[in-house]
Amino acid sequence: MQRLRLRYAKRGRLRFTSHRDIARAFERALRRAHVPMAYSQGFNPHPKISWIGAAPTGVASEAEYVEIQLVTPVEPAELVAVLDRAMPTGLDLLEAVVAAPGGGALADRVEAGRWRIELPGVSPGDLSAAVTALLAAPVVEVERLTKQGMRTIDARAAIVNATVATATVASDSPPPDVTCGILEVVVRQTTPAVRPDDVLSALRVVADLEPPVPAKATRMAQGRLDDGGGLADPLAQDRAVTQG
Amino acid sequence: MESVFPRLEPLLPRVSKPVQYVGGELNSTVKDWDATTVRWALMYPDAYEVGLPNQGVMILYEVLNEQPDVLAERTYAIWPDLEALMREHGVPQFTVDGHRPVGAFDLLGVSFATELGYTNLLSALDLAGIPLHAADRTTEHPIVVAGGHAAFNPEPIADFVDAAVLGDGEEAVLEITDLVRAWKAEGSPGGRDEILTRLAETGGVYVPRFYDVGYLDPASGGGIEYVRPNRERVPERIAKRTTMDLDAWPYPKQPLVPLAESVHERMSVEIFRGCTRGCRFCQAGMITRPVRERSIEGIGEMVRRGLDASGFEEVGLLSLSSADHSEIAEVTKGLADRYEGTNTGLSLPSTRVDAFNIDLANELSRGGRRSGLTFAPEGGSERIRRVINKMVSEEDLIRTVSAAYAAGWRQVKLYFMCGLPTETDEDVLQIAAMAKEVIRAGREASGRKDIRCTVSIGGFVPKPHTPFQWAAQCDPDTVDDRLRKLRAAVNSDRNLGRNIGMRYHDGKPSLIEGLLSRGDRRVGRVIERVWRAGGRFDGWSEHFSYERWVTAAAEALAPLGVDLAWFTTRERTEDEVLPWDHLDSGLDKEWLWDDWQDALDERELEDCRWTPCFDCGVCPAMGTDIEIGPTGRTLLPLTPVN
Repeated sequence: MQRLRLRYAKRGRLRFTSHRDIARAFERALRRAHVPMAYSQGFNPHPKISWIGAAPTGVASEAEYVEIQLVTPVEPAELVAVLDRAMPTGLDLLEAVVAAPGGGALADRVEAGRWRIELPGVSPGDLSAAVTALLAAPVVEVERLTKQGMRTIDARAAIVNATVATATVASDSPPPDVTCGILEVVVRQTTPAVRPDDVLSALRVVADLEPPVPAKATRMAQGRLDDGGGLADPLAQDRAVTQG
Repeated sequence: MESVFPRLEPLLPRVSKPVQYVGGELNSTVKDWDATTVRWALMYPDAYEVGLPNQGVMILYEVLNEQPDVLAERTYAIWPDLEALMREHGVPQFTVDGHRPVGAFDLLGVSFATELGYTNLLSALDLAGIPLHAADRTTEHPIVVAGGHAAFNPEPIADFVDAAVLGDGEEAVLEITDLVRAWKAEGSPGGRDEILTRLAETGGVYVPRFYDVGYLDPASGGGIEYVRPNRERVPERIAKRTTMDLDAWPYPKQPLVPLAESVHERMSVEIFRGCTRGCRFCQAGMITRPVRERSIEGIGEMVRRGLDASGFEEVGLLSLSSADHSEIAEVTKGLADRYEGTNTGLSLPSTRVDAFNIDLANELSRGGRRSGLTFAPEGGSERIRRVINKMVSEEDLIRTVSAAYAAGWRQVKLYFMCGLPTETDEDVLQIAAMAKEVIRAGREASGRKDIRCTVSIGGFVPKPHTPFQWAAQCDPDTVDDRLRKLRAAVNSDRNLGRNIGMRYHDGKPSLIEGLLSRGDRRVGRVIERVWRAGGRFDGWSEHFSYERWVTAAAEALAPLGVDLAWFTTRERTEDEVLPWDHLDSGLDKEWLWDDWQDALDERELEDCRWTPCFDCGVCPAMGTDIEIGPTGRTLLPLTPVN
């Protein structure tokens, strides 16, 4: 039995997929690529796949993680090539490493995520002011619709740090390229999770910030927080062993 | 042609299940618009999750896109949340492949599996900027072509479509493409009228505007007096299309695999087309004759290619009655051998109790997955099963399900209909008796108490081109009353009843389906009125409004001297001109009438596959013949990849 840990990206139009969509697409790609998956026992056997907190529907990601179990070992680099070819466009396999023995669970190496949120039509100045107000507030309560109905959560508590950058976002077609504020925010994993939408709601609460068009969010990284507020690569330990 | 995606994208975060609008399915095709000469938009007029797995659309999509100069893209019904935003922001109906505006295509082909998609057709036309009425369209607009089973009576949508094709579409779409290509190359002479005439001249494309319909006075019954061509060059009757050699059309070769969840999470291979079991309620069985089997090797090859291309983990062997394939045992054993140990499931979604056995079931579950067992006795009593010509006996059913329970199955589903011609309360109450017997026998055979039987009941809707096309549809109150009594009968025995589940809907949607199924052109104004009043997604109980249909029918039909009951609960006479009489399914109308009389006399009819021809008329009329095995061949093991 071989355990492999994979990092993949969810890009472009595929950000509209839900976690269930991704899981199905992934399983089918594994079958098309003839990856020798291990299956669970029982009435309805399932391939052994463990998902690590998936990015929400509508959010792109450069740092999604999943662990799979194989009945016969494969070369990680080869798996990346074969599986990436079998995946739908926009679901891109980036890296595979063999899980190092005794290294503990992958989920334990993920405690926070860094989001990049593009806000077309919002000036960097307005965004900076709103972010300053947000970071200054001890508590920012936002409402979110959950399966249990409207829920109020504190979005501020989960935010580790936030910075603002400026970019010109190239547009595929009209409207022409626009300058927009970009928010980079590191958010701790909590229950319930604070998502990019909740961060935007928080900016609305503290500074009446209303993006004229929907923001585009991308998860850039996940990992354990280091002392400087950065994120440690969750695969680093396994990679070191894989590369011997 | 510009993509509307940049304008659509900002709307998507605001709607439910946005992934259904983004396309990008595995095996989908986006061609260069300018490099093609004939462009089809193909629509399944229901939600994406229902429409995407539709085999008809998938087949035509691939057949058309294999032509180098032809482009085919798909479009589906838009849910009301996005429809409202698209109207607000001026985004037109789009295809999910290239996100091109549907109004820019040469043709819009719409596949109607059910009549309840008619209001969704109107939404799509309107969102596409295509005039609702065919008469108001110009050469700027696509030619709107209806297909699918409902196209065997397209009269209710005659005002909204330019043409309809009856029967199999594989060859028909290519012929239509050829005519459109040639006409465009000539510079579109004679405009829309000319291309429609050229299509009609083939005898296989129905163009409603070229036929005038005359009606009798309400005093004389209010029915149809005549349907006749209003110009030269068009035939009196329009014939259905039949694709004879299924092995020559192994589509879909590259099944579409959606990102979004759909209603059928499996790959489908059609193992034969047509059915001659002769169930009198079944329109599909009547209009798809004769039986044409795909060979065992053709099936094996489609499964192999399709699994490689899709990664699906289940294969459905589709047909109207899959266990009737002349080599079904060899097919299932061959596939089970080939895919042993690969966790690939096999299923036969439609099987008759009398053609099924436990060996077959065991082959199906060898792949490691055991799907549920479903049978359709359709009628509760022996008498009503003679009326509908569904000749399965209760003994067969009990024997088969007992064996299944004994072999480890825990759950069996049984389908029935309510509201059948000549039906009484007693016929329906027999369903309860049968379900209880299933549980009693199943407990005995398996030695377990926890087995289940789910009884699913649909309202019967009389359909064109069937022996029941003359029948009075049962009114919803009677259907609902019978179902209440049935539930009481199931629950009367707590010991057995607690293992019996019942699923059914009230009878109202069936009555509207009945109006649309057997309606004539006058029903078009009811559809338009319902749509204007907000009617959408009528196949969905949360969107369907019976009151809206009843009100619209009363308002639109009253000036014409007919009403909803006239179209539905009224029995037709032998000499009545039926709205679809000029549309030729090959079935001889006299034979259908005789079969209707046999039904009333509770007389059964055999299957022509294993008894002599009983002269339904299809083969001589269409120049076709039964195409069945056995071929005597078997599936060889696949050579392992790598």
